[in-house]
Amino acid sequence: MDGTVTLQKSRLKKQKSVENIFKTIFLIFGMFSIAFVIFISIFLIISGVPAITKIGFFKFMFGTKWASTAAKPSFGILPFILTSVYGTCGALLVSVPVGIFCAVYLAKMAPGPVAAAVREAVDLLAAIPSVVYGLFGMIIIVPSVRKLFNLPDGANLFSATVVLAIMVLPSIISESETALRAVPKEYEEGSLALGATYTETVFKVSLPAARSGVLTSVILGTGRAIGEAMAVMMVAGNVANMPGIFKSVRFLTTAVASEMSYSSGLQRQALFSIALVLFFFIIMINVVLRKLTSKGEVK
Amino acid sequence: MMDISGTNTSDAILTAKAGISAKRKAKIGALKGLMYFAAALTTVLLVGIIGYIFFRGVPHVTWNLLSTTPSLLTDNIGILPNILNTLYIIIIALVFALPIGVGTAVYLNEYATNKKLVRVIELATETLSGIPSIIYGLAGMLIFVQAMNMGTSILAGALTLAVMTLPIIIRTTQEALKTVPDSYREGALALGAGRWHMVRTVVLPSAMDGIVTGIILSIGRIVGESAALLYTAGMANEILTPLKSITPGNAGATLTVSLYMYAKERGQFDVAFAIAVILLIITFVINISAKLLGKKLKK
Repeated sequence: MDGTVTLQKSRLKKQKSVENIFKTIFLIFGMFSIAFVIFISIFLIISGVPAITKIGFFKFMFGTKWASTAAKPSFGILPFILTSVYGTCGALLVSVPVGIFCAVYLAKMAPGPVAAAVREAVDLLAAIPSVVYGLFGMIIIVPSVRKLFNLPDGANLFSATVVLAIMVLPSIISESETALRAVPKEYEEGSLALGATYTETVFKVSLPAARSGVLTSVILGTGRAIGEAMAVMMVAGNVANMPGIFKSVRFLTTAVASEMSYSSGLQRQALFSIALVLFFFIIMINVVLRKLTSKGEVK
Repeated sequence: MMDISGTNTSDAILTAKAGISAKRKAKIGALKGLMYFAAALTTVLLVGIIGYIFFRGVPHVTWNLLSTTPSLLTDNIGILPNILNTLYIIIIALVFALPIGVGTAVYLNEYATNKKLVRVIELATETLSGIPSIIYGLAGMLIFVQAMNMGTSILAGALTLAVMTLPIIIRTTQEALKTVPDSYREGALALGAGRWHMVRTVVLPSAMDGIVTGIILSIGRIVGESAALLYTAGMANEILTPLKSITPGNAGATLTVSLYMYAKERGQFDVAFAIAVILLIITFVINISAKLLGKKLKK
């Protein structure tokens, strides 16, 4: 009797220690994400801040001239910031309306098989790698823009915006569609009973009811557009001009990527500072996104 | 009688139609038209892009391209090293991301009692999933290539991508864990199983489909990634043995990076389109299998 009890006790003890070991292991795994975020932030800040202090915050952020390899170098990144902002806004200007109309069609109007087919197309568009978009842009969009507007070179802000608009479209469609599907049927039934037609109901009742989800999709799209590098690098022309619709431009992302391989000294540090600015933008977008989605949950 | 009732209904329809003013009708028509247009545009974009890339690329996907290494001496272009590098990076990244990701999800769903900690971990994961790949590339360069002294190498690239895919694995695993009924857990615990024993024998096997979906989606993300690899894994085109791929200092371009190099730096568009075809096929297979698994999961 006594023997079995102690045996059980020792087994229990062993089980408990095994339990504790695994609990700790899982806790450590859980901490990895936090550690990565902290590491990334610290490394970006440490390598990004020196150039900003050396150049001067205002000169860096609002300087309109970027000439990193000139004899008397000048490091102003306003051209990149504005290009990123214009490019993103331009892309959203096209893809938000198209995306919302497409999402409404998918969620509310399309017959089953058609909806399934279009949805498949949207998912596949989202899955195409950005270099493939870049290649397509280089070979199709850039030459067409050159011919259409009679320009010496088609690699400019306009072409990049078109490519970005296509790339952002799927995230807007699928996120908005999910939001539209979540609208309670009673809302729509109420509107129909009051004599509105189905189409009117969908646009005047369902769409406003889904607005926070639609807004989320737009913010997601903004994040994707502002962070896109490779596709833009292949079609934007990569010259550090102040943005103009038919000018060769550099985005924040491509400014980092295009000089990294041959940079050194202050120029290299300044590239890290650009990345830090971009990182800051992205964090701001994340904060807005989080506010939006948590608000949706409370409802 | 029949006739009268017939005219009656058509009259009813007529008055109902008359109730909608011409202006209102036009508005409804316009909205409908815009919807069809948006859905059609999305589909046409996808079909156009895929069609054009296959049209340009398929004739150049030859056995010679797939099975040889590039050589300046014989003017040969082959992408075997890039295929191998892509495989190496997928495997190495998953070796790191999978246990950490699944472990984090298990911790969040099965162990965590501290709500604040859970929120912080989830916030960190969300932040990671919002960071654009060019920032990952830069952080990977700073952390793995420079600070940890791995040099530009497959290993550094793979570790960078491991961090990048972590949120995908955490999210899909967590979703799968949530679908495991609590009664399973209660049953296991009631039979005297410890928590780890329960997780290992009951919870994880039931969540297997979700974990596999996470793996597939991560592979898709890795295959399509380029900006994060440019300055971490590098641009070399030599065949590496598996052992070399995990040794620091051995650089190698993946399919996406080589596509970029062939298109942008060398103007070899035929090769670029051939690689694009391969990338598209891989991403579509991945997309479809993830979807099939997801459907199975829902059942």
